[in-house]
Amino acid sequence: MNPFRYERASDVASACASAARPAAKFIAGGTNLVDLMKLQIEAPAQLVDITRLPLDRIEETADGGLRIGALVSNSAAAADMRVRRRYPLLAQAILAGASTQLRNKATTGGNMLQRTRCPYFYDTTKPCNKRVPGSGCAALEGFNRMNAVLGVSDNCIAAHPSDMAVAMTALDAVVETIAPNGSTRAIPIDELYRPPGDTPHIETVLEPGELIGSVLLPPPPAGRQIYRKVRDRASFAFALVSVAAILDLDGERVRAARITFGGLSYKPWRSAEAEAALVGAPATRAAFDAAGTAALKDARGYGHNDFKIPLARRTLRATLTQAAGLA
Amino acid sequence: MATRRWFLTTSGAATLALASSPSMAQPAAETPPLPTEHVDLTINGRPYALDLDPRTTLLDALREHLGFTGSKKGCDQGQCGACTIIVNGQRINSCLALAVMHDGDDITTIEGLAEEGVLHPMQAAFVRHDGFQCGYCTPGQICSAVALLSEHREGWPSYATADVATAPALTNAEIAERMSGNICRCSAYPNIVAAIREVAGEGSQ
Repeated sequence: MNPFRYERASDVASACASAARPAAKFIAGGTNLVDLMKLQIEAPAQLVDITRLPLDRIEETADGGLRIGALVSNSAAAADMRVRRRYPLLAQAILAGASTQLRNKATTGGNMLQRTRCPYFYDTTKPCNKRVPGSGCAALEGFNRMNAVLGVSDNCIAAHPSDMAVAMTALDAVVETIAPNGSTRAIPIDELYRPPGDTPHIETVLEPGELIGSVLLPPPPAGRQIYRKVRDRASFAFALVSVAAILDLDGERVRAARITFGGLSYKPWRSAEAEAALVGAPATRAAFDAAGTAALKDARGYGHNDFKIPLARRTLRATLTQAAGLA
Repeated sequence: MATRRWFLTTSGAATLALASSPSMAQPAAETPPLPTEHVDLTINGRPYALDLDPRTTLLDALREHLGFTGSKKGCDQGQCGACTIIVNGQRINSCLALAVMHDGDDITTIEGLAEEGVLHPMQAAFVRHDGFQCGYCTPGQICSAVALLSEHREGWPSYATADVATAPALTNAEIAERMSGNICRCSAYPNIVAAIREVAGEGSQ
């Protein structure tokens, strides 16, 4: 691990000012950053420890939603009875990720900002445009079984690894930030992540020193919420494919649907195509399959990960079948 | 146990100033020495004061600086759980925690579970059910299992819980899911689950 200066932030303003310096980084749970620092994939000159900031509360909002502080641990969010009753999708997604030990440390803000687990991002002997801009992408012709099939570029096919963010995207969560100049902004989570294009090393729209303070969950939408994750082992593994679905039925027809996929793209992949295909359709296997076809129509496999495309369609069908009470 | 008590009585509250493991550090000629950070920790009920390179993980602080070698370094990347300790009542991977960030925290390691030479009920159950072979993962398994029971008492759900708004019984499936952060290369899993069930007071299922 490279040497770094350590600073324990005592207020938000000084934390943002410190983290805006070159080669400075915020650290909270550290479950991803410390690992990457050991491998020298991340080598910050300064760490700004934000864990003592008062951003660890879950609060009710006036309209019946919740505001989850950026420092609320993944465990605390998943154990909160308001989350469990009103946003079971989110509790399920958080509990589907990592292990209890990691969830006890990992934070709401950090989970969203965790880096990809593409094996070539981790292998410092191989080219990776995300790790070393301009060096190339070893995953394109490599072992790309875990990589993305939607929304990526020939410069980077890394998939975003979060489960939590997939559920938050289905819930229309809004990321609330504080900039070093004190200004705040509200970023819909679907707009937080930047497509890789030719700058895959720039992963979000956050500016230097801009701190995630909280995540706003709007009131829960009508309908049954389900998070389903498909992975190589039964627990403690990243998703091959996951689906966050909220399905609202009017009798035997779909009144409203929200569909977000994990494991398929550089961000949680909200599928307007699948949602449009479902609204007004009968809650049947044929309609669910049509939604899957619509969702994956622009998908491209890179060899080892070709299987993700049919797997995503089948996982969507299984999730919707369960949400509709047909299974 | 005698060795542990000897260590505690002779090194408690000692102030140690030691450098971090230098394996990945830059040569001293290229990098001026960085200031150490002062860290106060309560470990198994006793206070300890350290001055540490900020790169030092909590695991290395325990093992290399304070001699608490019960917590093990397996993967050193948060995947195996051999380094699991209990910090402020919650289990974490000490290999991914920077010690300096835990200034003021209350830590329980495997060395702190037995009292007056009497094994903690979870330790006794692991012995009774043969919940290990080589034993390397065992301190982490036991710390993890002890924390699991308190999480369950607080009603935490898991991914194995059908309805996350309910507090589930500790079935084998629930225990397996909740212990998935602890890998046992000897695959003593059935006996580990049996030990945890016994201490939890749940019937067989």
